[in-house]
Amino acid sequence: MTGLRTLMTGLVGVIATGTAWAQEEGYNPAPGWDHLWNEILIDITVIGVVFGAVAIYMLFKFKAKNPDDVGKGPKLSKAQAISWALIPAAIFMADDFFLSAKGWDLWNVYRNPPEDAMEVKVTAYQWYWEFTYENGITTDQLVVPAGKPVVLRMSSEDVIHSFYIPKYRVKEDVMPGRVTYVWFQPEEGEAIATCTEYCGLAHANMPVTVVGKSQADYDAWMVEQQASAAPSAAATAS
Amino acid sequence: MTAQTATAETTGFNWKEWVFTTDHKRIGVLYLIGSMAAFVVAGIMALLIRIEQSSVGPTITDDPAQYNTWLYFHGAAMILAFLIPGLTGFAANYFLPLMIGAKDVAFPRINAFSIWLFYAAIVLALLTFVIPDSPDVMWTGYPPYSVTTTGNTAFYVFTVHLLGFSSILGAVNFLITVIYMRAPGMGWNQLNVFVWTTVAAFAIQLVFIPVLAAAVTMLLFDKYLGTHFFDAAAGGDVLLYQNLFWFYSHPAVYVIFLPAVGILFEVFASMGKNRIFNYKACVYGGICGICLITGEVWVHHLYVAGMPDWLRIGQMVTTLLISVPVGLIVLSMWGTLWKASITYNVAMLYAASCLFLVLLGGLTGIPLALTAVTIHLSETSFVHAHFHFIMALFSAFALFAGIYYWFPKMTGRSADGPLAVFGFWANTIGVNVTFWPLFIVGVEGMPRRYWDYEMFPQFEPYHQVATVGAMIIAIGMSATILNWIISAIRGPKVGENPWKSKSLEWTHCPSPPGPGNFPEDVVLPEGWTPYDYDKK
Repeated sequence: MTGLRTLMTGLVGVIATGTAWAQEEGYNPAPGWDHLWNEILIDITVIGVVFGAVAIYMLFKFKAKNPDDVGKGPKLSKAQAISWALIPAAIFMADDFFLSAKGWDLWNVYRNPPEDAMEVKVTAYQWYWEFTYENGITTDQLVVPAGKPVVLRMSSEDVIHSFYIPKYRVKEDVMPGRVTYVWFQPEEGEAIATCTEYCGLAHANMPVTVVGKSQADYDAWMVEQQASAAPSAAATAS
Repeated sequence: MTAQTATAETTGFNWKEWVFTTDHKRIGVLYLIGSMAAFVVAGIMALLIRIEQSSVGPTITDDPAQYNTWLYFHGAAMILAFLIPGLTGFAANYFLPLMIGAKDVAFPRINAFSIWLFYAAIVLALLTFVIPDSPDVMWTGYPPYSVTTTGNTAFYVFTVHLLGFSSILGAVNFLITVIYMRAPGMGWNQLNVFVWTTVAAFAIQLVFIPVLAAAVTMLLFDKYLGTHFFDAAAGGDVLLYQNLFWFYSHPAVYVIFLPAVGILFEVFASMGKNRIFNYKACVYGGICGICLITGEVWVHHLYVAGMPDWLRIGQMVTTLLISVPVGLIVLSMWGTLWKASITYNVAMLYAASCLFLVLLGGLTGIPLALTAVTIHLSETSFVHAHFHFIMALFSAFALFAGIYYWFPKMTGRSADGPLAVFGFWANTIGVNVTFWPLFIVGVEGMPRRYWDYEMFPQFEPYHQVATVGAMIIAIGMSATILNWIISAIRGPKVGENPWKSKSLEWTHCPSPPGPGNFPEDVVLPEGWTPYDYDKK
C-alpha cells in the first residue's frame, strides 16, 4: 500500500514538475506550443526509432536460410499472453495520460486570456476579414499594440472560415451563428493571418497582415483611423 | 479434381458471366477493377494538384474552381471509391469465404446487387467531369458552403448514398457469412486475422454509415428543399453536420485501417512461416478494442471548431487511448516477425514497408490527438501528410501487398518480376519524397486546400520536391498496374500454393478456385489454425 502511495506521489510529482513551465507569469500560447511540440517530437521520435530499429533488425536477421525452414515464433503461455497485453497497455496508457496532462495544461493557457487583454471583433466574409475595435473603428487590417494580449471574438457572415496566425500558433473556426475566440501576445513586426477552412473560390486569397506596433505607434495609428472615419460618420449623421 | 470443377478459365470469356454473376470471387474481381479505376482517376487528380502547387501563382490552371474540383474528386474517390471498396469489397469478397471454408457468401444475389450499386456510384462520381457546376465541396461537404455553393452538391450526396447502401448490404452479408458459414469445427479463435479485421470493419460500417447517410440527406434537403438544419440564421446549427459527419468518418478510418492490418498479418505469417504473436491480445484487445473506442473520438476532427472545452479535453483522452489497442496490434505484428523465416517477394516488400508507414502515420497522429497542439497544426499540410501516411499510403501499400500475395490464387500466375520490383521501389521512394516536405511546411503553417500560396513564397521549394515525388509515384504506379495486367494474361504459371501457406484459401482450393470454391468438403483437423507452420 505504501508502495502504491509512493508511486502515485511520484507520478503526480513528475506531471507537476513537467508542466510547471505552463504556470509561469506572462505565459502565452506561442512559446507554450513550441515547448510542448518539442517534447512530443522527442516522445514520438524515441518510440519510432525503437520500433523502426527492431523492425529493420528482424527483417534482416530472420531471413529464411533455406526455403523449407519454418518460423520459431514463441507459443505463449496464458500468463505470458496476458502479460504481453497488460504491461504494454499500461505503458501506452501511462504515456497517454502523461501527454494528456501536458496537453491540458497548455489548453488552459489557450483558453484563458489574461484579464487585461484588448478585444477585437473579427467578422469573416467570402472572402475577406473585417476587424472592429472596442471604440467602434472598423478596419480591414489587424493592427495591435505589441506586448499587450489580444483576444479576437470571431463570427462569420456567410460560410465557415478559420482564422489562423501561424506565427502566434493560434487558430479557431469562424462560423455563422456562433462566436469563437482566440488570444495571443503580439510582438512588434508583421505576421500573416490566413483562412484555413475551405470556403470556396478565393479560400486561398484572404491573407491579412497582423501588424504589431509599439504602444505609441499604435495610438497614433488609431487616431488616424478615427480621423478618417469621422468625416464619413459626420456625413451619415447629416 | 475434375476438369469441370477445376477453374473458371475452361470456358473462355463470356461477359454475361461477369454482369450476372453471383460468385463472390468474380464480384471481388469486379470490386478490384472498379476501385483501381477510381484510384487511377483520383491519382491523376493528385498529380494535377501537385503540379499546380509546384509554383506560387497559377501553374497549370488559373481557375481555382477547377482546382477545387480536383481536390473534391481526389478526396472523395480515394476514400469512398478506392480504399473502402478495395479493402472491404475486393479483399473481403474474394478471400473471406475461402478463408472460412465457405462455398460462397450468405446472400450471393445481394452481393451482386451491392457491386452494381458500387459501379453506379462510380459512374455518378465520374459525371463530376462532364456536368456543369461540378461539386466543389471537398470530400467532407461542410455546410453552409455546400448549401450556398453553385456547385452540384447533389452529386456528392447521391454518390455517398449509393456507396453507403452498397456497404451496408456488404456488411450484413459478410457478418452473417462469418457467423453461420464457417467450416464445421472452425471456432472464433481459429479465424484468420484478416477475417477478424473484416468482421470488425463491417460491424463499424453497419453501425455508423446510417449516421453519414442522414447527415448528407439533411444537406440535400437544406440545399434543394428549403429546410434549415444547418442555417444559423433560421435557427439551425452549422456544427451539427460536422458532428454527424465525423461520427461516421472517424470510424471509417478504421474501416480502412483494420482490413489493411489484416492483410499484413496474412502476408507476414505466410512469408515468415510463423504463428501470430499473441493472437488473442491482437484480436480481442486490439481489433475489438478499436471497435469499442472508435465511436468516442470524433471531436478530434473538430478541435478548432469551437466545441465545448470539456468535450475537447475528454476526447483528447479517448483519442490518445486509441494507442492502447493500436499498440497491441503493432506488438503482435512485430512479434509475428520474431524468429520468423522470411522469404522475400514483392508482397513481402510492400508489407515490410508498411511497418515504417504505420509508424510514421501513427506517431504523427499523437501530436494531433492533443487539443492544444492541433490548434496550430489543424488544416495544415502536417495533417494532410499525417493522414496520407496512415490512411492512404499504409492502407494502399497493404492492399498492394495483398494483391501480390493473392495474385497466384486469383489467376494461377505470379505477378512477381522486375517490373513489380521496380514499381515497388519507385512507389516507396515517391511517397517519402512527396510527403516529408509536407510535414515540414505544415508545421511552418502551410494551409491545406490552397490553390495558391502567394503569402508563403518560402514554401515553394518544398512543394517542388513534393511534386517530383508525386511524379515518381506516377511512374511507379504505371509500372505496377501495367505489370498486373501483363501478369494476369501471361505471367509464369505457379502451383496452387506457391508461398507454402497454411491458410485455407491456399491449402484447400485450386488456383483460381472454380464455382463452389472447394472440390471437396473442408474438414479441419483437431486444433487446426491457419498459422500451423510448426506442425508437420
